[in-house]
Amino acid sequence: MDEKRSRRGFLRNGAALATGLTVGAVRPAEAQTAAAEPHAKDIKELIAYGDRSRFVTAIRVPVSERMSPDMFGLTFHVLTPLQDSVGIITPSSLFYTATHRGAFVPDIDPSEHRLMIHGMVDRPLTFTMDELKRLPYITRVFFVECAGNRAQARHKTVQETHGLTSCAEWVGVPLSLLLKEAGVQNGASWIVAEGAEEVKGGSSLPIAKAMDDCLVAYAMNGEPLRPQQGFPLRLIVPGFEGIHQIKYLRRIKLVDRYYMTYDDYGHINADPKAAALALQIGPKSVITYPSAGQQLSGPGFYEISGLAWSGGGAIRKVEVSTDGGQHWQDAELRSPAYRMAHTRFGAHWKWDGKECVLMSRCTDELGTVQPTRAEVGKFWNDPPDRPRVRGNDNTVQPWKVMSDGSVLNGLA
Amino acid sequence: MVSRRLLLAIMLLGMCQMGSAQSPTYGVGRTPTAEEIRAWDISISPTGKELPTGHGTAKEGATLYTQKGCAGCHGRSGSGSAAPTLIKSDGTMKSSMPCLSPCVNDNNVMALHSPFATVMWDYISRGMPIGKEGTLTPNEVYALTAFLLYKNNVIKEDEVLDEHSLPNIKMPNRDGFSLPAEEWKHGAPRLSGYP
Repeated sequence: MDEKRSRRGFLRNGAALATGLTVGAVRPAEAQTAAAEPHAKDIKELIAYGDRSRFVTAIRVPVSERMSPDMFGLTFHVLTPLQDSVGIITPSSLFYTATHRGAFVPDIDPSEHRLMIHGMVDRPLTFTMDELKRLPYITRVFFVECAGNRAQARHKTVQETHGLTSCAEWVGVPLSLLLKEAGVQNGASWIVAEGAEEVKGGSSLPIAKAMDDCLVAYAMNGEPLRPQQGFPLRLIVPGFEGIHQIKYLRRIKLVDRYYMTYDDYGHINADPKAAALALQIGPKSVITYPSAGQQLSGPGFYEISGLAWSGGGAIRKVEVSTDGGQHWQDAELRSPAYRMAHTRFGAHWKWDGKECVLMSRCTDELGTVQPTRAEVGKFWNDPPDRPRVRGNDNTVQPWKVMSDGSVLNGLA
Repeated sequence: MVSRRLLLAIMLLGMCQMGSAQSPTYGVGRTPTAEEIRAWDISISPTGKELPTGHGTAKEGATLYTQKGCAGCHGRSGSGSAAPTLIKSDGTMKSSMPCLSPCVNDNNVMALHSPFATVMWDYISRGMPIGKEGTLTPNEVYALTAFLLYKNNVIKEDEVLDEHSLPNIKMPNRDGFSLPAEEWKHGAPRLSGYP
């Protein structure tokens, strides 16, 4: 008690002293150290659950076409501020959000939550959250990207062109472990995974993927999943479109054919080739600095920074062009290159103050190179002026740097 | 008594050996009852094999469309209101929401775009009405499905939908759907030859 009191007294005196110095500005000439900064005051940010500095202002924004929440109180698509991103982990508070056809975020008591595995299995099984946590788990970094992450000419920032992708560290039980525990029967070729929210959003996945690297995750970025990310349980399907990463995971049914759920219905393609592009995400990268909406202060040295990721595995190489794709130089990987994870790259650049176009392209472990829109259009025999990207859009993003240092969307 | 115990031991031994390749490693979790599975299993296959017994017509559906509050959000005509378009209009009425996931507008209206009528039944059954999901009886879901299909000129007004007829409806976009050209494989590109 005494010790505590004296500590407090010391701190109070110290603070008074600091204030005195600042207010009075009576500084001896030889004391050239900077004045102490004022203290952060909110007890919450100091003790219980830390907040960021009030000077850090990066926020998510809803997709402009539809307000979130809408008139029904539903949230739809909310974009991650990639222009402010550093490293490869997206803070949970800034992780992009998309819901199955606009759903309410359910308020689930984890002690009541169950996961049921049934259908073409030898032993249907039901797990409580506690039971799932008794099982062997793994920790992995994976991105999640929405299939709607499509850059448009009207987009003004990288948040709008690419903000429907985020990356987190996930902890959970491998789905293959749970399926083996239930005993997969011969002829089970697909699974249907389903959530517990009011629309019970579901998705069909090939059994090969379900037995490969999927994760039944209960934690992200060092804490339980956030409600917007599926608390208490989410199926992570590494490298597949976001709609497959079923939140509030409650049920997995093993079936003998493709079951078309309402959410699968969004992926209807007449062309089997286009349908093949609707599961796994291709190699994709984007420069986050400098990117549209940002301002360069003048000619000189800049470090180009960006993110690369692929549903096909790890990123092997990233190249950067500062002349609209005429010449490419290798960028450096500035983070570990995990499989199906955001990978940070950087490249030195000396800007001469002239108008130019910045681009990046990546190559994944399968050797697949991120294409341009023109290359994709050629594959489909589209008219050259109107290339159309089927499936998820992983094409090269140009940023136009103007001579005044402003940066614009090169698609405009 | 002894012989019964022996019999049990032999049976258990036999079971262990039979299941050795497929036996659970951890033994964590419990076996759900058949009733628990039935209560949660709301998936409807395109073959319709999980469809419950029941029936309904467009006329019954028209009444339910008002009675159950569908019209309140989707509009009396089934288009041009706040919630997704259900009935294709003449094109002059635009939904106030430009696009939903999946896009439910114009030709993407579910009754026209879905390759299987089972998807409509499934979705009405699991997701509607908003705030009262799961309260519709099978007969009501058959009737509402019939109503929307009739209003979109897919079936006749007097056609009775039940667990046998529903999966056999030839949807306008039945041929507009294909499975992926190449089966997904670990470590393979999405589509060979694709840039």
